[in-house]
Amino acid sequence: MKTIKMKNISRRNAIVLMLGTAGYLMSSKIVFAGKEQVLKRIDEITKGKGAKELDIFLDLPEIAENGNQVKVNFEIESEMTKENYIKNVYILADGNPAPDIAKFSFTPDMGMCSATTRIRLSKTQNVVLVAENNKNEYFMTKSKVKVTIGGCGG
Amino acid sequence: MSKIKPRGKVPKKAAMDEVIEIKTLIRHPMHSGRMKDKDGKNIPRQIINSFKVDFEGKEIFKMKLEPSISTNPYIAFPYKAKKSGTFNFEWKDDSGNTYTMKRKMTVS
Repeated sequence: MKTIKMKNISRRNAIVLMLGTAGYLMSSKIVFAGKEQVLKRIDEITKGKGAKELDIFLDLPEIAENGNQVKVNFEIESEMTKENYIKNVYILADGNPAPDIAKFSFTPDMGMCSATTRIRLSKTQNVVLVAENNKNEYFMTKSKVKVTIGGCGG
Repeated sequence: MSKIKPRGKVPKKAAMDEVIEIKTLIRHPMHSGRMKDKDGKNIPRQIINSFKVDFEGKEIFKMKLEPSISTNPYIAFPYKAKKSGTFNFEWKDDSGNTYTMKRKMTVS
């Protein structure tokens, strides 16, 4: 019975059916931020000036077994005086639904420029740190985090 | 849902010019707006979107949080002890609720 029913589907119908399925699969897929969007955000943050790549201490695990709780810690060398201090630090990522993760605003009262938090990473991706000092100069660094779900090392 | 309660760790005593570490944690689900409940319905976005710390009325640290911050946001940051006083911590969420916490520190 089933084979007869299958024969009743014309070629045109089959194509329509296939296109429909493909369309459904594509629309249900999550759209990730991607590298272009991160670059665009860096451009917005730096007001088109661009950020100088610098060796900033950005501590992230190389492999994160659980993407729901990834510890981020950074430390930027700065005098932290009124004349010279790090004003803002942005954390961006290119594999999450949105590029922005967090923005930290520092003051000279803190004595040093560092902070720790926990973030979500939906897949293996680059985490980018952009720092801005009070002279409107921008610095950046990035780190790749491999996210394995279930911890099987894949 | 468990009650939203902020927690913080600030050293009670600090030496002059010592850089102390302040650790905070707030119990909050941080619904990103992309997750579904048991019935397959979308859970609306509900996150802590800002965090602010004052010391004796002067703002010392601020953070803007996005949905990519984990459940129960943990934030740690340094502070250079100059005088005794009170820290005021303030978290704000998407529905406009504010959660506050106070911590005292003595500088010797």
